[in-house]
Amino acid sequence: MKYLAFLAVFIAPVAVFAEPDPADWDAVTAQANGQTVYWNAWGGSTTTNDFLAWVGSRVSEDYGVTLEHVKLTDTADAVTRVLAEKQAGENDDGAIDLIWINGANFAAMKDAGLLYGPYAEQLPNWTVVDVAGKTVQTDFTVPTDGFESPWAMAQVVFVHDTADMPDSVGSMQALLEWAQANPGRFSYPQPPDFLGTTFLKQVLVDILPDASLLSAPATDENYAEVTAPLWTYLDALTPNLWREGKAYPATGTAMFPLIADDELDLSISFSPGAASTAIANFELPDTVRTFVLDKGTIGNASFVTIPYNSGSKEGAMVVANFLMSPEAQARAQDPAILGYGTVLDMDAITPEQRAVFDGLDLGIATLAPAQLGIVQAEPHPSWATRLSDDWADRYGVAQ
Amino acid sequence: MMSRRLLPVLPALTLLAMLGPVVAGLYGTVLPAFGHLPAAGLIGPTLDPFYHLFGWAGLPRAVMLSVGVGMGATVIALSIAALLTAGWSGTRAFRFLQRLLSPLLSVPHAAAAFGLAFLITPSGWISRALSPAITGWDRPPDLLIVQDTLGLTMMAGLIVKEVPFLLLIILAALGQADTQRSAAIAQALGYGRVTGWLKTVFPRVYAQIRLPVYVVLAYAMSVVDVAVILGPNTPPSLSVYIVRLMSDPDIAMRLQGAAAAILQLGLVVIALIVWRMTESIVAVLGHRWVLSGARGKIDPLIGILALFAGGLCAFAVLAGIVVLGVWSFAGFWSFPNFLPDQFMLRNWLRFGPGTLAALGETALIAGTVTLAALVLTIGCLEAEYRHGLSLSSRGLWLLYLPLLVPQTAFLPGLQTLMLNIGADVGRTPVIFAHLVFVLPYVFLAFADPFRAWDVRIGTIAAALGARPDRVLWRIRLPMLLRPVLTATAVGLSVSVGQYLATLLIGGGRVATLTTEAVALASGGDRRAIGVYGLMQTGAALVPFTLALLVPAIVWRNRTGLRHG
Repeated sequence: MKYLAFLAVFIAPVAVFAEPDPADWDAVTAQANGQTVYWNAWGGSTTTNDFLAWVGSRVSEDYGVTLEHVKLTDTADAVTRVLAEKQAGENDDGAIDLIWINGANFAAMKDAGLLYGPYAEQLPNWTVVDVAGKTVQTDFTVPTDGFESPWAMAQVVFVHDTADMPDSVGSMQALLEWAQANPGRFSYPQPPDFLGTTFLKQVLVDILPDASLLSAPATDENYAEVTAPLWTYLDALTPNLWREGKAYPATGTAMFPLIADDELDLSISFSPGAASTAIANFELPDTVRTFVLDKGTIGNASFVTIPYNSGSKEGAMVVANFLMSPEAQARAQDPAILGYGTVLDMDAITPEQRAVFDGLDLGIATLAPAQLGIVQAEPHPSWATRLSDDWADRYGVAQ
Repeated sequence: MMSRRLLPVLPALTLLAMLGPVVAGLYGTVLPAFGHLPAAGLIGPTLDPFYHLFGWAGLPRAVMLSVGVGMGATVIALSIAALLTAGWSGTRAFRFLQRLLSPLLSVPHAAAAFGLAFLITPSGWISRALSPAITGWDRPPDLLIVQDTLGLTMMAGLIVKEVPFLLLIILAALGQADTQRSAAIAQALGYGRVTGWLKTVFPRVYAQIRLPVYVVLAYAMSVVDVAVILGPNTPPSLSVYIVRLMSDPDIAMRLQGAAAAILQLGLVVIALIVWRMTESIVAVLGHRWVLSGARGKIDPLIGILALFAGGLCAFAVLAGIVVLGVWSFAGFWSFPNFLPDQFMLRNWLRFGPGTLAALGETALIAGTVTLAALVLTIGCLEAEYRHGLSLSSRGLWLLYLPLLVPQTAFLPGLQTLMLNIGADVGRTPVIFAHLVFVLPYVFLAFADPFRAWDVRIGTIAAALGARPDRVLWRIRLPMLLRPVLTATAVGLSVSVGQYLATLLIGGGRVATLTTEAVALASGGDRRAIGVYGLMQTGAALVPFTLALLVPAIVWRNRTGLRHG
């Protein structure tokens, strides 16, 4: 132990000089060559896992970076890990180099000083990102300040099996009426799963007369009043849910097999292209289609961030930059691969690159960008935590 | 090789390897439970975590679930195993079931739970087989079977795996309880098969299987992966809640998780005490029943019911594996089709490479752990033989202790402790964590055959000039080839099935087949679950098959050695 402390005296000054500068891209790529990046990302979707594996093969080819996908069931696991490492004094080579993150997890890490940055706006591919048209600089109303870089756009869509449910519903109120007429055919993932919490937020955004109330943080004064309509709605909906609300699917992807099993007719998804991808993978019948509500649905961006104690920050920046490249973005948007929305500005990329995007067959169950309607903003992160805690108190114990 | 200085140290070393992590983990859990976490700037002691825990609306239900499912599963599994043995031991049907035991035991709990879930859901295979012809359903009914609020499906999932385990334990104990003569005498006196066996043999057998039954009880009360797959979520069982709290980024939640872990430990201790007291009551009542002279007129009926129940357990596990296999080759498969629309290799091609990587990791860890466990076990037993250091009954409790303490009570604490001392994550800590669970099973599987070896052979060898090491390596172990291979298979399958130990201590960097499979469970991709479930089962089944085949081949000309 004493020997190590003695050595640390010599290593410490070198470590200080080793903080990478994202603007010096040549130095970053040179340093990244040979590094191993542990990307902690949700592993519950096999299509996403395949895409991450492809990213790994490409960054290995072009930059000599080895990418390891650490599959998480909950991004909060990665946050806990970095926090524990900070408390234990592990500041130089943490277990995590890159995290797929957004929302409350990002806010928690940023507040606790657990992130490296700012780096996002110095990456070469930032110039082709649609900063004006897409919410890539704020994450659930919290400014990113360059501590995370975007890689996919998500928007809530409803997925229905037209063989049993031919017509779409235009609002949450209409959904409630449909559920009352067809009990046991709709469900949503159990909060605090992120899609389940998003369903709660979507209900609130749709039934509130003024949804902008949700952009401000939730306080003890306004919370009860603003969320009262949500609980009234859920009190009416829950007895008509699948399994009468006594059991819920664990995640959003767990709902697709239920549609294929003919247990559900209606489900919710965060990816407009996920249904088409599932049909292509034999996971859903080809009668499935998607729709959005008349007032629009919630949308947000998926980001990656680099923990402050990563030992492969350059490699992580290389991966983050590659994710924003037209090649990766076009592949992610292809429903045969992944079906995620792009963060790029179509006017900022070259005509050849744009042709790749235009040539994509979005799939039979994917709405065209024009049909996706209005993208409603995510509420402030404090609403999500309070909503899911309150949901657990009210509906978390089946009667 | 086994010097006079090394061998007596081995028992102490074994105990350290088994109990050290448990004690360290409990220490790492107790302090945060009382609000003391200096690394996060919190100084206890305070009862706040416990106040917050008792403020959770789902706590009464979660506790009842933990206790109810735990005790219910143990009682029912023990009854089925005991009545099955009572009614059918020595018959051809029983020998058939005995041959099924190895494959049934090698199926990991998670794979068995997945298989059961796919069988009995309203849109599961049984329902598809009966629809629409018999049931008239063209849509699955909205019945709450899997994840039901009373935890009955979870209980069933535990019972189908615990019945083979308890059956194996009872059979091992039978060999030492002089049962055949007692049963024959009872039958000659006019008692029915079941009643005669229960009155004469069971009390002796139970004294031997008491500790494994406690292990089953502790496991059933604190299991996580089966609870996630088959148990309710509104609210979840206490152990699942603990794992969720421990992963929460909010520190207050982690303190609450530590408090819940202490509660879980307390529940297991109380359950064990209650079970012990019930044993005494049952003993008194049983004594009166034995002396009452009832001959057991309904014995044939009980025998048939027990055989039916045992057969149902075996069917559930085996059919579950088959349905996992069908899903792994399935194209589009909807209700009410009995078979998929297409069969394709695509799923295996897609997930195969990933499973091979996970298989390599699993095999490396399992192999290293089992080898270490075998070395320690053989060393301890040989030390016992040479130096007369025998394992007292208190020593047996120490051996079972890592299995009686719930995993959720000490693994999170161990993870925190390791981070605080700066221990690196990865394979090596995981190997040490697995060793804690593999050692007791390997010891238990190997100790009795080792001790039952005829020491007169060793005496003859010594008289012929063989030194103790030579006797061990050239005579004793080769004669015990089958028990060695069985113990190896047991150790490998225990390591393959570990979930929490790999997940928490590995820091997410160690991907075994089990962690990958349970991670996929939340995504609901049945085809991926089928592929991983089959690979997981294969990884545990192959060693058992080898344990059956290799002695038969090696000792094909030595009848006396073939059965160890």
